[in-house]
Amino acid sequence: MGQTITQKILAAGAGKESVAAGDWVMAGLDLALGNDITAPIAIHEFSRMNVDRVFDRDKVVLVPDHFAPNKDIQAAEQCASMRRFAREQEISHYFEVGRMGIEHALIPEQGLVVPGDVVIGADSHTCTYGALGAFSTGVGSTDLAAGMASGKCWFRVPEALGFELTGTPPEYVAGKDVILFIISRIGVDGARYKSMEFSGEGVRNLSMDSRLTVCNMAIEAGAKNGIFPVDDITREYLAARASRPFRIFTADPDAEYRDVLRIDLSTLSPMVAFPHSPENGRPAAEAGTVPIDQVVIGSCTNGRIEDLRTAAGLLRGRRIEERVRVIVIPATQQIYLQALREGLIEDFIQAGAAVSTPTCGPCLGGHMGVLAAGERAVATTNRNFVGRMGHPESEVFLAGPAVAAASALTGRICDPRDIGDTPRDPSGSAQKPFTGRTDK
Amino acid sequence: MTITGTVFKFGDHVDTDGIIPARYLNTSDPGELGRHCMEDIDASFSGRVKPGDIIMAGENFGCGSSREHAPIAVRAAGIRAVIASSFARIFFRNAVNIGLPILECPEAVAQTGSGDHMEIDPASGRITNWTRQRVFQAHPLPPFVREIIQAGGLIAFTTKNLKK
Repeated sequence: MGQTITQKILAAGAGKESVAAGDWVMAGLDLALGNDITAPIAIHEFSRMNVDRVFDRDKVVLVPDHFAPNKDIQAAEQCASMRRFAREQEISHYFEVGRMGIEHALIPEQGLVVPGDVVIGADSHTCTYGALGAFSTGVGSTDLAAGMASGKCWFRVPEALGFELTGTPPEYVAGKDVILFIISRIGVDGARYKSMEFSGEGVRNLSMDSRLTVCNMAIEAGAKNGIFPVDDITREYLAARASRPFRIFTADPDAEYRDVLRIDLSTLSPMVAFPHSPENGRPAAEAGTVPIDQVVIGSCTNGRIEDLRTAAGLLRGRRIEERVRVIVIPATQQIYLQALREGLIEDFIQAGAAVSTPTCGPCLGGHMGVLAAGERAVATTNRNFVGRMGHPESEVFLAGPAVAAASALTGRICDPRDIGDTPRDPSGSAQKPFTGRTDK
Repeated sequence: MTITGTVFKFGDHVDTDGIIPARYLNTSDPGELGRHCMEDIDASFSGRVKPGDIIMAGENFGCGSSREHAPIAVRAAGIRAVIASSFARIFFRNAVNIGLPILECPEAVAQTGSGDHMEIDPASGRITNWTRQRVFQAHPLPPFVREIIQAGGLIAFTTKNLKK
């Protein structure tokens, strides 16, 4: 019987000729990842195993990103425990504040994942790397501990849902709109325990940044992983970053899919998911009048250079609505530097936004933009559960960077296509120093 | 060994931010996590749970983040087993890995209310609702998962296999 891409990777990882959905396998790991929230528990569990060293110091990645730079004393202790472990174990890929980034933006950028890899991370958004044709999934801290010790992890081979993409997305529609549309159709458990496998001629019309966003939120449909086929866009992305040799797997023509959803990308529009579930997506144009207090542009979902370009493109020469606080968080130091060189950071600051060093901070209500009771945010993050970004009576609306930037300008949830004609400062914001809102 | 206690019932898609809000993830101390378990869904929860009690929930329990703090908080609050119509996959593996008994049984969920007195045999999957005098059979756990549980969790299982 034919196999999907995911099934072929798991078979290879487990040293088997083939596997079928429902099989249980022990697969070798190419990368195991932890962060400052999940690694401390993993390190504690690791210490109970009578194992001196991690299985391969080049295949463990540790990134302080969630509550880093340290948000309080307890967070500092957690980061310190991870840092100590990284030094003791001589972990090659430990990224300190100042060199780090949000893990799921950082790891692909650093070329640490290649097609055909089996990757686990003690972070649910580890599924992001499926964009590169790798099998990659989120696990817990104990899984990470066992993985760091043994170099292996247990998996139930997933069934697949197929997503056949056609067409070219219109202006202001990108990865986030695609995945919010999909989750609005299949629900937050629509892909539970399954792999989401993307195919079709529309794939080539999605940039790598868009594919990373799509796979990033596969978990929001309950999926084990999301995965894209490897093409020229993947190869080009890897050529600039990765040095490890890799193996490309393709789905068999008779691979089995539980269901196949066909999506014409040209019919999609900018999306927004209403509280308190990522499945509450609808076109931003149909949002009605929803005033907002805060906008967050960043996260492992949408903090990449393309996202910042989209947001800056709308904000450039315009002013953020008076009542709105905008926080822009480039996802890695490299993205930050690139944005600086392209003048995007200046665009953000001139428009009245705060720009932060990389951190997951506000996405999970940690720091750098926690919401008060009754406050509403549009965020390019991935979850809008009750209390996700702060007070349990606050609300999060999920969107891509275009909707977020347009909403920042109007002070309400807004379709970016409605901003197109509003005037920009003819003198060009770059020449005009920002003097603050109270300045007359 | 059976588990006997009172049922605390929740709905569908209980997410890990609901089970343990991220603002408490600056610690991995079980006692501290247990005190804040389910806080944003039912602030009185951790004060009312007695050791041995049982959580019951609908579809997709534990969806969202990979935080193992979620099953740790559940156990530290005093909960000894979770019965749901279905589980989100990372919560499922985390519970298995740390040895928190979890059972899938939509029939029991449909016919049980909060406050019911219940007895569970995790090994056989037999669920007895003493309040309503009903007996249910949970879906059997896959043999591979039973092996991990029998070893005493993933750490014991892996340690044993590394020695081989």
